Amino acid sequence: MTEQDDLRAQIKEHPLLHDLSDAHIAELATCAVAERFQPGEFLIRDRTPADKFFLIRHGTLSIELETPPKGRLVLQTVHEGDGLGWSWLVPPHRWAFDARAMTLVRTVTFDANALLARFEANHELGYQLLRRLLGMMAHRLTAARLQMLDLYGPPPAAKV
Amino acid sequence: MMTPHGTMAAPAQLDPMTPRPFRIRQRRKELADTFTLALAPDDGGGFAFQPGQFNMLYAFGVGEIPVSISSAPDEPGEILHTIRAVGKVSAALGALKPGDMVGVRGPFGTSWPVEAAYGSDLVILAGGIGLAPLRPAIRQVIAQREKFGNVVILYGARTPEDILFRKELQSWRGHFDLNVEVTVDRVTGAWGGRVGVVTGLIRQGGFDRLHSIALLCGPEVMMRYGVRALHDCGVASERIYVSMERNMKCAVGFCGHCQFGASFVCKDGPVFPFDRIEKLFAIPEL
Repeated sequence: MTEQDDLRAQIKEHPLLHDLSDAHIAELATCAVAERFQPGEFLIRDRTPADKFFLIRHGTLSIELETPPKGRLVLQTVHEGDGLGWSWLVPPHRWAFDARAMTLVRTVTFDANALLARFEANHELGYQLLRRLLGMMAHRLTAARLQMLDLYGPPPAAKV
Repeated sequence: MMTPHGTMAAPAQLDPMTPRPFRIRQRRKELADTFTLALAPDDGGGFAFQPGQFNMLYAFGVGEIPVSISSAPDEPGEILHTIRAVGKVSAALGALKPGDMVGVRGPFGTSWPVEAAYGSDLVILAGGIGLAPLRPAIRQVIAQREKFGNVVILYGARTPEDILFRKELQSWRGHFDLNVEVTVDRVTGAWGGRVGVVTGLIRQGGFDRLHSIALLCGPEVMMRYGVRALHDCGVASERIYVSMERNMKCAVGFCGHCQFGASFVCKDGPVFPFDRIEKLFAIPEL
Protein backbone atom coordinates (compact mmCIF):
# COMPACT_ATOMS: atom_id res chain seq x y z
CA MET A 1 0.00 0.00 0.00
CA THR A 2 1.43 3.40 -0.96
CA GLU A 3 1.35 6.43 1.28
CA GLN A 4 -1.40 7.91 -0.88
CA ASP A 5 -3.45 4.70 -0.60
CA ASP A 6 -3.04 4.88 3.15
CA LEU A 7 -4.16 8.51 3.29
CA ARG A 8 -7.16 7.80 1.07
CA ALA A 9 -8.18 4.98 3.41
CA GLN A 10 -7.79 7.20 6.47
CA ILE A 11 -9.88 9.97 4.93
CA LYS A 12 -12.56 7.50 3.87
CA GLU A 13 -12.73 6.07 7.39
CA HIS A 14 -13.24 9.46 9.00
CA PRO A 15 -16.87 10.29 9.91
CA LEU A 16 -16.59 13.84 8.59
CA LEU A 17 -15.60 12.91 5.04
CA HIS A 18 -16.45 9.22 4.69
CA ASP A 19 -19.25 9.83 2.19
CA LEU A 20 -17.20 11.85 -0.30
CA SER A 21 -16.71 10.28 -3.70
CA ASP A 22 -13.55 8.25 -4.30
CA ALA A 23 -12.38 10.85 -6.80
CA HIS A 24 -12.75 13.67 -4.30
CA ILE A 25 -11.02 11.66 -1.59
CA ALA A 26 -8.13 10.92 -3.93
CA GLU A 27 -7.82 14.62 -4.74
CA LEU A 28 -7.87 15.58 -1.06
CA ALA A 29 -5.26 12.97 -0.24
CA THR A 30 -2.75 14.75 -2.46
CA CYS A 31 -2.95 17.73 -0.03
CA ALA A 32 -2.59 15.65 3.12
CA VAL A 33 -0.05 14.04 5.41
CA ALA A 34 -0.50 11.74 8.37
CA GLU A 35 0.79 13.26 11.60
CA ARG A 36 1.23 12.27 15.22
CA PHE A 37 1.36 14.60 18.23
CA GLN A 38 2.57 13.76 21.71
CA PRO A 39 0.63 14.80 24.84
CA GLY A 40 1.26 18.49 25.53
CA GLU A 41 2.29 19.26 21.97
CA PHE A 42 0.53 22.16 20.22
CA LEU A 43 -1.22 21.58 16.91
CA ILE A 44 -2.30 25.22 16.66
CA ARG A 45 -1.01 28.41 18.25
CA ASP A 46 -3.15 31.50 18.66
CA ARG A 47 -2.52 34.33 16.13
CA THR A 48 -0.21 32.27 13.92
CA PRO A 49 -1.10 31.73 10.23
CA ALA A 50 -4.01 29.33 9.84
CA ASP A 51 -2.67 27.07 7.12
CA LYS A 52 -3.87 23.62 8.15
CA PHE A 53 -7.00 21.59 8.55
CA PHE A 54 -7.00 18.48 10.73
CA LEU A 55 -9.06 15.33 10.77
CA ILE A 56 -8.68 13.81 14.23
CA ARG A 57 -8.19 10.06 13.84
CA HIS A 58 -7.23 9.23 17.39
CA GLY A 59 -6.92 10.93 20.75
CA THR A 60 -8.17 14.02 22.54
CA LEU A 61 -7.03 17.60 22.29
CA SER A 62 -8.05 20.75 24.06
CA ILE A 63 -8.96 24.07 22.52
CA GLU A 64 -7.51 26.70 24.79
CA LEU A 65 -7.22 30.43 25.23
CA GLU A 66 -4.75 32.41 27.27
CA THR A 67 -6.84 34.66 29.51
CA PRO A 68 -4.54 36.88 31.60
CA PRO A 69 -4.47 37.08 34.55
CA LYS A 70 -6.55 33.92 34.99
CA GLY A 71 -4.25 31.78 32.90
CA ARG A 72 -5.19 29.18 30.34
CA LEU A 73 -8.84 28.40 29.81
CA VAL A 74 -9.96 25.17 28.15
CA LEU A 75 -12.95 26.03 25.97
CA GLN A 76 -13.72 22.54 24.79
CA THR A 77 -12.14 19.23 23.93
CA VAL A 78 -12.02 17.69 20.47
CA HIS A 79 -11.96 13.97 19.89
CA GLU A 80 -11.54 11.13 17.46
CA GLY A 81 -13.93 11.60 14.59
CA ASP A 82 -13.92 15.41 14.80
CA GLY A 83 -12.40 17.96 12.45
CA LEU A 84 -10.32 20.87 13.67
CA GLY A 85 -9.83 24.34 12.29
CA TRP A 86 -11.63 26.58 9.85
CA SER A 87 -9.75 29.87 10.30
CA TRP A 88 -7.89 29.07 7.06
CA LEU A 89 -11.16 29.66 5.20
CA VAL A 90 -11.73 33.25 6.26
CA PRO A 91 -9.55 36.37 6.49
CA PRO A 92 -7.28 37.18 8.22
CA HIS A 93 -6.37 33.44 8.03
CA ARG A 94 -4.95 33.36 11.54
CA TRP A 95 -5.81 30.98 14.34
CA ALA A 96 -7.97 32.41 17.12
CA PHE A 97 -7.08 29.81 19.75
CA ASP A 98 -4.53 27.23 20.80
CA ALA A 99 -5.07 23.51 20.27
CA ARG A 100 -2.99 21.13 22.35
CA ALA A 101 -2.83 17.35 22.44
CA MET A 102 -4.08 15.94 25.76
CA THR A 103 -3.23 12.39 24.73
CA LEU A 104 -1.37 10.91 21.83
CA VAL A 105 -3.17 12.41 18.82
CA ARG A 106 -3.11 11.08 15.27
CA THR A 107 -4.39 13.26 12.48
CA VAL A 108 -4.73 13.55 8.78
CA THR A 109 -3.41 17.08 8.27
CA PHE A 110 -4.26 19.06 5.14
CA ASP A 111 -2.25 21.90 3.66
CA ALA A 112 -4.95 24.59 3.68
CA ASN A 113 -3.40 26.61 0.88
CA ALA A 114 -3.30 23.54 -1.34
CA LEU A 115 -6.92 22.83 -0.43
CA LEU A 116 -7.99 26.35 -1.34
CA ALA A 117 -6.20 26.04 -4.68
CA ARG A 118 -8.03 22.77 -5.32
CA PHE A 119 -11.35 24.37 -4.46
CA GLU A 120 -10.70 27.14 -6.99
CA ALA A 121 -10.00 24.57 -9.66
CA ASN A 122 -12.75 22.15 -8.65
CA HIS A 123 -15.78 23.94 -7.27
CA GLU A 124 -17.67 20.71 -6.73
CA LEU A 125 -14.93 19.46 -4.41
CA GLY A 126 -14.96 22.81 -2.60
CA TYR A 127 -18.74 22.69 -2.22
CA GLN A 128 -18.72 19.15 -0.88
CA LEU A 129 -16.00 19.85 1.66
CA LEU A 130 -17.40 23.22 2.78
CA ARG A 131 -20.85 21.67 3.22
CA ARG A 132 -19.39 19.21 5.71
CA LEU A 133 -17.27 21.83 7.43
CA LEU A 134 -20.33 24.05 7.78
CA GLY A 135 -22.13 21.20 9.56
CA MET A 136 -19.20 20.85 11.94
CA MET A 137 -19.16 24.62 12.55
CA ALA A 138 -22.90 24.68 13.21
CA HIS A 139 -22.57 21.96 15.85
CA ARG A 140 -19.69 23.82 17.50
CA LEU A 141 -21.64 27.09 17.47
CA THR A 142 -24.69 25.46 19.08
CA ALA A 143 -22.48 23.79 21.66
CA ALA A 144 -20.70 27.07 22.42
CA ARG A 145 -24.03 28.86 22.89
CA LEU A 146 -25.24 26.16 25.28
CA GLN A 147 -21.95 26.27 27.13
CA MET A 148 -22.45 30.00 27.71
CA LEU A 149 -25.65 29.28 29.65
CA ASP A 150 -25.32 28.26 33.26
CA LEU A 151 -27.07 25.01 32.42
CA TYR A 152 -26.68 23.38 35.78
CA GLY A 153 -27.75 26.20 38.06
CA PRO A 154 -31.03 25.62 39.91
CA PRO A 155 -34.17 27.02 38.26
CA PRO A 156 -35.96 29.78 40.22
CA ALA A 157 -38.76 27.37 41.16
CA ALA A 158 -36.28 25.13 42.91
CA LYS A 159 -35.12 27.72 45.44
CA VAL A 160 -36.85 26.11 48.41
CA MET B 1 -45.82 -7.03 51.94
CA MET B 2 -42.05 -7.60 52.20
CA THR B 3 -39.88 -4.81 50.91
CA PRO B 4 -36.54 -5.36 49.20
CA HIS B 5 -35.00 -4.47 52.56
CA GLY B 6 -36.64 -7.51 54.09
CA THR B 7 -38.82 -5.56 56.46
CA MET B 8 -42.56 -5.32 56.55
CA ALA B 9 -43.86 -2.43 54.52
CA ALA B 10 -45.81 0.12 56.44
CA PRO B 11 -49.53 -0.03 55.82
CA ALA B 12 -50.65 2.31 53.09
CA GLN B 13 -50.97 5.77 54.51
CA LEU B 14 -54.58 6.77 54.82
CA ASP B 15 -53.69 10.43 54.71
CA PRO B 16 -51.00 11.27 52.18
CA MET B 17 -50.77 14.72 53.73
CA THR B 18 -49.50 13.41 57.07
CA PRO B 19 -45.70 13.19 57.32
CA ARG B 20 -44.18 10.00 58.63
CA PRO B 21 -41.23 10.36 61.03
CA PHE B 22 -37.87 9.32 59.60
CA ARG B 23 -34.57 9.52 61.40
CA ILE B 24 -31.37 10.71 59.75
CA ARG B 25 -28.86 7.89 59.90
CA GLN B 26 -26.13 9.62 57.95
CA ARG B 27 -25.38 12.94 56.33
CA ARG B 28 -22.83 12.88 53.54
CA LYS B 29 -21.40 15.96 51.84
CA GLU B 30 -21.39 15.45 48.08
CA LEU B 31 -20.42 18.87 46.73
CA ALA B 32 -19.94 22.36 48.12
CA ASP B 33 -23.70 22.96 48.10
CA THR B 34 -25.03 19.41 47.86
CA PHE B 35 -25.48 16.70 50.47
CA THR B 36 -27.13 13.31 50.83
CA LEU B 37 -29.34 12.34 53.74
CA ALA B 38 -29.71 8.65 54.56
CA LEU B 39 -33.09 8.18 56.23
CA ALA B 40 -34.83 5.28 57.93
CA PRO B 41 -38.43 5.10 59.12
CA ASP B 42 -38.62 5.70 62.84
CA ASP B 43 -41.82 3.66 63.18
CA GLY B 44 -40.02 0.42 62.30
CA GLY B 45 -41.93 -0.04 59.07
CA GLY B 46 -40.51 -0.47 55.61
CA PHE B 47 -40.56 1.81 52.63
CA ALA B 48 -41.20 0.63 49.08
CA PHE B 49 -40.66 2.84 46.06
CA GLN B 50 -39.71 2.83 42.39
CA PRO B 51 -36.71 4.54 40.72
CA GLY B 52 -37.60 8.09 39.77
CA GLN B 53 -40.19 8.69 42.49
CA PHE B 54 -39.87 11.46 45.04
CA ASN B 55 -40.71 12.19 48.66
CA MET B 56 -41.82 15.36 50.35
CA LEU B 57 -39.25 16.06 53.06
CA TYR B 58 -40.39 18.22 55.96
CA ALA B 59 -37.85 20.18 57.97
CA PHE B 60 -39.90 20.68 61.11
CA GLY B 61 -40.91 24.25 61.67
CA VAL B 62 -39.38 25.43 58.40
CA GLY B 63 -41.18 23.82 55.49
CA GLU B 64 -41.47 20.97 53.05
CA ILE B 65 -39.81 20.32 49.69
CA PRO B 66 -39.96 17.59 47.06
CA VAL B 67 -36.78 15.54 46.77
CA SER B 68 -36.14 12.61 44.45
CA ILE B 69 -35.05 9.35 46.01
CA SER B 70 -31.46 8.69 45.01
CA SER B 71 -31.11 5.14 46.37
CA ALA B 72 -32.22 2.08 44.46
CA PRO B 73 -35.15 0.00 45.75
CA ASP B 74 -32.90 -3.02 46.12
CA GLU B 75 -30.04 -1.09 47.71
CA PRO B 76 -29.53 -2.24 51.26
CA GLY B 77 -29.70 0.25 54.07
CA GLU B 78 -31.37 3.60 54.26
CA ILE B 79 -33.39 5.66 51.83
CA LEU B 80 -31.13 8.27 50.24
CA HIS B 81 -32.06 11.80 49.22
CA THR B 82 -29.50 14.02 47.52
CA ILE B 83 -30.26 17.70 48.03
CA ARG B 84 -28.79 20.94 46.80
CA ALA B 85 -29.04 23.73 49.36
CA VAL B 86 -30.63 26.56 47.40
CA GLY B 87 -33.29 27.89 49.77
CA LYS B 88 -34.39 28.00 53.38
CA VAL B 89 -35.92 24.51 53.55
CA SER B 90 -33.08 22.75 51.77
CA ALA B 91 -30.59 24.70 53.89
CA ALA B 92 -32.47 23.65 57.03
CA LEU B 93 -32.34 20.02 55.92
CA GLY B 94 -28.65 20.46 55.32
CA ALA B 95 -28.12 21.71 58.85
CA LEU B 96 -29.60 18.53 60.38
CA LYS B 97 -27.34 15.88 61.89
CA PRO B 98 -27.48 12.11 62.25
CA GLY B 99 -30.14 11.29 64.83
CA ASP B 100 -32.33 14.26 63.92
CA MET B 101 -35.82 13.66 62.59
CA VAL B 102 -37.52 14.74 59.39
CA GLY B 103 -41.07 14.24 58.20
CA VAL B 104 -41.53 12.21 55.04
CA ARG B 105 -44.56 11.97 52.79
CA GLY B 106 -44.35 9.63 49.87
CA PRO B 107 -43.30 8.05 47.67
CA PHE B 108 -45.08 10.03 44.99
CA GLY B 109 -45.13 10.20 41.24
CA THR B 110 -44.26 8.07 38.26
CA SER B 111 -41.07 6.08 37.83
CA TRP B 112 -38.43 5.41 35.18
CA PRO B 113 -39.57 2.65 32.80
CA VAL B 114 -36.77 0.26 33.67
CA GLU B 115 -38.73 -2.94 33.08
CA ALA B 116 -40.34 -1.55 29.95
CA ALA B 117 -36.83 -1.04 28.59
CA TYR B 118 -35.89 -4.72 28.81
CA GLY B 119 -34.47 -5.77 25.46
CA SER B 120 -33.73 -2.19 24.38
CA ASP B 121 -30.56 -0.15 24.30
CA LEU B 122 -30.54 2.55 26.98
CA VAL B 123 -29.35 6.13 26.70
CA ILE B 124 -29.19 7.84 30.08
CA LEU B 125 -28.52 11.57 29.94
CA ALA B 126 -28.02 13.45 33.19
CA GLY B 127 -26.92 16.97 34.00
CA GLY B 128 -25.81 18.39 37.33
CA ILE B 129 -27.87 17.15 40.26
CA GLY B 130 -30.14 15.42 37.71
CA LEU B 131 -27.93 12.38 38.18
CA ALA B 132 -29.50 11.81 41.62
CA PRO B 133 -33.00 10.81 40.40
CA LEU B 134 -31.40 8.62 37.71
CA ARG B 135 -29.03 6.85 40.10
CA PRO B 136 -31.66 4.30 41.27
CA ALA B 137 -32.50 3.46 37.65
CA ILE B 138 -28.82 3.11 36.74
CA ARG B 139 -28.24 0.80 39.70
CA GLN B 140 -31.23 -1.30 38.71
CA VAL B 141 -29.94 -1.53 35.15
CA ILE B 142 -26.49 -2.58 36.33
CA ALA B 143 -28.01 -5.18 38.66
CA GLN B 144 -29.77 -6.81 35.72
CA ARG B 145 -27.39 -5.79 32.97
CA GLU B 146 -28.08 -8.86 30.82
CA LYS B 147 -31.65 -7.69 30.19
CA PHE B 148 -30.58 -4.65 28.17
CA GLY B 149 -28.68 -4.02 24.97
CA ASN B 150 -26.04 -1.30 24.87
CA VAL B 151 -26.14 1.05 27.84
CA VAL B 152 -24.83 4.58 27.34
CA ILE B 153 -24.58 6.91 30.34
CA LEU B 154 -23.80 10.55 29.55
CA TYR B 155 -23.26 13.01 32.38
CA GLY B 156 -22.52 16.73 32.31
CA ALA B 157 -21.56 19.07 35.13
CA ARG B 158 -20.57 22.71 35.41
CA THR B 159 -16.98 22.05 36.49
CA PRO B 160 -14.96 19.00 37.59
CA GLU B 161 -15.63 20.06 41.20
CA ASP B 162 -19.38 19.81 40.54
CA ILE B 163 -19.37 16.18 39.42
CA LEU B 164 -21.90 14.34 41.56
CA PHE B 165 -21.24 10.75 42.72
CA ARG B 166 -17.74 10.94 41.25
CA LYS B 167 -16.54 7.66 42.75
CA GLU B 168 -19.62 5.85 41.57
CA LEU B 169 -19.25 7.29 38.06
CA GLN B 170 -15.66 6.05 38.04
CA SER B 171 -16.88 2.64 39.16
CA TRP B 172 -19.50 2.58 36.39
CA ARG B 173 -16.80 3.53 33.87
CA GLY B 174 -14.93 0.46 35.01
CA HIS B 175 -17.68 -1.83 33.75
CA PHE B 176 -16.79 -3.37 30.41
CA ASP B 177 -20.45 -3.40 29.37
CA LEU B 178 -21.26 0.24 30.09
CA ASN B 179 -20.36 3.24 27.97
CA VAL B 180 -19.97 6.11 30.44
CA GLU B 181 -18.94 9.60 29.33
CA VAL B 182 -18.53 12.61 31.58
CA THR B 183 -18.08 16.17 30.38
CA VAL B 184 -17.85 19.57 32.05
CA ASP B 185 -18.66 23.05 30.81
CA ARG B 186 -15.71 24.77 32.40
CA VAL B 187 -12.36 23.66 33.67
CA THR B 188 -11.07 25.26 36.82
CA GLY B 189 -8.08 23.08 37.57
CA ALA B 190 -6.45 19.84 36.57
CA TRP B 191 -8.85 17.89 34.42
CA GLY B 192 -7.96 15.36 31.79
CA GLY B 193 -11.50 14.67 30.65
CA ARG B 194 -13.96 16.13 28.20
CA VAL B 195 -14.95 19.79 28.04
CA GLY B 196 -18.16 20.63 26.22
CA VAL B 197 -21.91 20.31 26.46
CA VAL B 198 -23.32 16.95 27.46
CA THR B 199 -25.92 16.95 24.70
CA GLY B 200 -23.11 16.93 22.14
CA LEU B 201 -22.17 13.44 23.30
CA ILE B 202 -25.39 12.00 21.93
CA ARG B 203 -24.08 12.39 18.39
CA GLN B 204 -21.41 9.81 19.13
CA GLY B 205 -24.10 7.15 19.12
CA GLY B 206 -23.36 3.72 20.50
CA PHE B 207 -27.04 2.84 20.54
CA ASP B 208 -29.64 1.60 18.07
CA ARG B 209 -31.88 4.54 17.22
CA LEU B 210 -34.90 2.33 16.59
CA HIS B 211 -34.50 0.14 19.66
CA SER B 212 -33.38 2.55 22.34
CA ILE B 213 -35.07 4.03 25.36
CA ALA B 214 -33.69 7.37 26.56
CA LEU B 215 -33.97 8.65 30.13
CA LEU B 216 -33.21 12.34 30.69
CA CYS B 217 -32.92 14.31 33.89
CA GLY B 218 -31.36 17.68 34.45
CA PRO B 219 -32.03 21.34 33.78
CA GLU B 220 -34.94 21.79 31.42
CA VAL B 221 -32.84 23.59 28.82
CA MET B 222 -30.41 20.67 28.84
CA MET B 223 -33.26 18.23 28.34
CA ARG B 224 -34.64 20.38 25.53
CA TYR B 225 -31.38 20.14 23.60
CA GLY B 226 -30.93 16.53 24.64
CA VAL B 227 -34.27 15.63 23.12
CA ARG B 228 -33.37 17.52 19.94
CA ALA B 229 -30.10 15.62 19.67
CA LEU B 230 -31.92 12.32 20.19
CA HIS B 231 -34.47 13.28 17.53
CA ASP B 232 -31.59 14.16 15.19
CA CYS B 233 -30.22 10.66 15.79
CA GLY B 234 -33.61 9.18 14.92
CA VAL B 235 -34.90 8.30 18.40
CA ALA B 236 -38.68 8.79 18.47
CA SER B 237 -40.43 10.88 21.12
CA GLU B 238 -42.30 7.89 22.51
CA ARG B 239 -38.99 6.28 23.37
CA ILE B 240 -37.76 9.30 25.33
CA TYR B 241 -38.59 9.88 29.02
CA VAL B 242 -37.90 13.11 30.88
CA SER B 243 -38.12 13.94 34.56
CA MET B 244 -39.77 17.33 35.00
CA GLU B 245 -39.28 19.72 37.88
CA ARG B 246 -41.99 22.08 39.04
CA ASN B 247 -43.01 23.74 42.26
CA MET B 248 -44.62 20.74 43.92
CA LYS B 249 -46.45 21.39 47.20
CA CYS B 250 -49.19 18.90 48.01
CA ALA B 251 -47.72 16.06 45.88
CA VAL B 252 -51.14 14.54 45.28
CA GLY B 253 -52.58 16.74 42.55
CA PHE B 254 -54.82 18.93 44.73
CA CYS B 255 -53.11 22.26 45.03
CA GLY B 256 -52.23 22.89 41.40
CA HIS B 257 -48.84 24.47 42.10
CA CYS B 258 -47.11 22.05 39.75
CA GLN B 259 -49.68 22.15 36.98
CA PHE B 260 -48.10 21.58 33.57
CA GLY B 261 -50.77 21.94 30.92
CA ALA B 262 -53.46 19.40 31.77
CA SER B 263 -51.05 17.40 33.94
CA PHE B 264 -49.79 17.72 37.46
CA VAL B 265 -46.08 17.00 37.69
CA CYS B 266 -46.46 15.56 41.20
CA LYS B 267 -49.10 13.02 40.20
CA ASP B 268 -48.73 12.46 36.45
CA GLY B 269 -44.94 12.91 36.60
CA PRO B 270 -42.23 13.65 37.42
CA VAL B 271 -41.24 11.08 34.78
CA PHE B 272 -43.15 11.67 31.55
CA PRO B 273 -42.95 9.94 28.19
CA PHE B 274 -41.83 12.83 26.03
CA ASP B 275 -44.54 12.37 23.40
CA ARG B 276 -47.11 13.15 26.09
CA ILE B 277 -45.67 16.58 26.88
CA GLU B 278 -43.92 17.40 23.62
CA LYS B 279 -46.28 20.25 22.69
CA LEU B 280 -46.16 21.72 26.21
CA PHE B 281 -42.38 21.57 26.24
CA ALA B 282 -42.25 24.19 23.51
CA ILE B 283 -44.31 26.73 25.49
CA PRO B 284 -41.97 28.95 27.52
CA GLU B 285 -44.76 30.24 29.78
CA LEU B 286 -45.30 26.74 31.18
